[in-house]
Amino acid sequence: MASEATTTQTANADVKRPKLEVLEREELILNNRSLAWITDRVCGIVENRMPLLWWLIFIPSAIIALVGVGGGLTYLVSTGVGVWGNNNSLMWGWPIVNFVFWIGIGHAGTLISAILFLTRQNWRTSINRAAEAMTIFAVCCAGIFPAFHVGRVWMAWFLAPIPNANAIWQNFKSPLLWDVFAVSTYFTVSLIFWYIGMVPDLASIRDRAKNKIRKFAYGALALGWRGGNRQWRHYEMAYLLLAALSTPLVLSVHTIVSFDFATSVVPGWHTTIFPPYFVAGAIFGGFAMVLTLMIPVRKLFGLEDLITMKHIDNMAKIIAFTGCLVGYAYLMELFIAWYGQNKFEWDAFAKRIGANEDSPYAWAYYCMMFCNVVSPQFFWFKWCRQNLWVVMGVAMLVNIGMWFERFVIIVTTLARMWLPGDWQYYHPSAVDIMTFVGTIGMFLALFMLFLRFLPCINIAEVKWTLRSSNVHHDELEHAKEEAGAQSFEAEGKAIDKKHA
Amino acid sequence: MNTGIKKVYGYLARFETATALYKAAGKVRDKGFKKWDSYSSFPIHGMDDAMGLGRSRLPFFVFFGGATGLFTAIALQFGTQVYLYPTVVQAKPVNLFTIPAYFPVMFELTVLLSAFTTLFGMLALSQLPRFNHPLFESKQFARATDDGFFIAIEARDPRFNREQTKEFLEEIGGTDIELVEEQL
Repeated sequence: MASEATTTQTANADVKRPKLEVLEREELILNNRSLAWITDRVCGIVENRMPLLWWLIFIPSAIIALVGVGGGLTYLVSTGVGVWGNNNSLMWGWPIVNFVFWIGIGHAGTLISAILFLTRQNWRTSINRAAEAMTIFAVCCAGIFPAFHVGRVWMAWFLAPIPNANAIWQNFKSPLLWDVFAVSTYFTVSLIFWYIGMVPDLASIRDRAKNKIRKFAYGALALGWRGGNRQWRHYEMAYLLLAALSTPLVLSVHTIVSFDFATSVVPGWHTTIFPPYFVAGAIFGGFAMVLTLMIPVRKLFGLEDLITMKHIDNMAKIIAFTGCLVGYAYLMELFIAWYGQNKFEWDAFAKRIGANEDSPYAWAYYCMMFCNVVSPQFFWFKWCRQNLWVVMGVAMLVNIGMWFERFVIIVTTLARMWLPGDWQYYHPSAVDIMTFVGTIGMFLALFMLFLRFLPCINIAEVKWTLRSSNVHHDELEHAKEEAGAQSFEAEGKAIDKKHA
Repeated sequence: MNTGIKKVYGYLARFETATALYKAAGKVRDKGFKKWDSYSSFPIHGMDDAMGLGRSRLPFFVFFGGATGLFTAIALQFGTQVYLYPTVVQAKPVNLFTIPAYFPVMFELTVLLSAFTTLFGMLALSQLPRFNHPLFESKQFARATDDGFFIAIEARDPRFNREQTKEFLEEIGGTDIELVEEQL
């Protein structure tokens, strides 16, 4: 094949065509930024004063978190779990909707850091740190809900594998206990992954530190990292192993969350499509949250050369793809409910979509459908993927849509269970709303603190993706020149190497 | 405590680019040095071969970490559900045939203990945490985590020689060659 191509090229040599046409990879970092520039730009965020906008987001978020989560939960614990809108038939209500919502958000972080690492998608390096931070904070927010939803939070230790006062052990056959193991493992492994990834960058900050406190704090966190290859080789192996461990882990977490529903005998929940459907939805919602956070951050801290339009374009494509997967899952579960001829299953879906005269939650279903299935379709068009307002708008809609997805699954089902006497319309209480809004504040406040104190871009890995970091780069360029190669960009434009 | 006594750690030489460091590392390896390292702010691909280092032994330890997790989960679940306190819920059997229900926790604990072994194994193999190191005495070494590329040859290497090693580092393209001394 190759020799054949060469012969054709030689035959046409007199037509002044280059001997070899090379399609160059797109640059991940723009404007030929140097190693020092990258260190300076990212560490500079931690070293300089925060812009006004940072304070304008941090202070209200922190107050909302304190009042919502702190106040709301204090009131809940001192009064009783009845202050939430949950009741006998709707025993899960908002708390579990919020739990599944937040845990799903986290999945994009692990996808970016682990799955895209294993598939050698180098563009992940600019966004993986912030996405992993997002994972950690989202799981923190998620953990609050089931812990307090157990009713008496001081008894939450019953979930741990230790016998209770009557020497009774947990039921290991229950998906709820699997969930305890899955979520706590997920949190721990994500934290380890995040921290190991950060050690070399913390060392960068340590080596630039001017004052004693900063030197001590970052010095302690960096563990004395020196960047010797005898350290890097173990570090890289550790990173690879953690990526390989996190990949099945992240898929297992939302699979097990979906088991909470799928293993029950409840119409609308008892379906085998739930695990893949939940995982696709989680990645979909998580990427929307990454975009929601990263688009303002790159603008605020001048990171446009590191998080380029190419990165945003790629994320938008993933949203479009997973959005289609989610849309397929919605339609397929609907089709199977009808095709399966299970009276109760179809009844649950008919009530969900408004095909039954008693379908009080059809509005939520169509809200979900519009946000999750219709809005990502904009990303088929390049213009929409390149326009930050459109990207941000769609990401916001997806965030809302993914919350509604969980609301539709939990509330519409439980409000119309087996006994018609139990049927009711669910209203969240003020404490429900306070706690949920509080977790949004907590999430944003934690993310702001992350931006303030930790390197928000993976400096070492971004440097690694530069062309000059490939030790064979010069040889490769030389060989191309020898062969009389002409390089082209993806769009078909010729690259003039001499002037570059 | 500063005794005023200094001990030579070794020579530190700086290189301009990753490629220069890579080529120089190959030459240091061929010269037969053993106690030395190359420093960069990012992992350089191919450097393990250039330095004559093999594959990291970390996966070996992680395997045993993961196996410990798996056996812990098996012992925990069968021990409690079949022997210690069989709880009959939803008419599910209380014997070995219940095993599919135990897969999720087996998987999670395998991953959890593997991850811990990875973390602590990596730290142990790269001899971290170690907050003080003679190389930190060098001013220019701060650039190792920024844009500097360094090779340090330690004095405890049997081939180390105060004059010849310096000349050798100059020969292979090192600049800003510095004798690093640690305060005792």
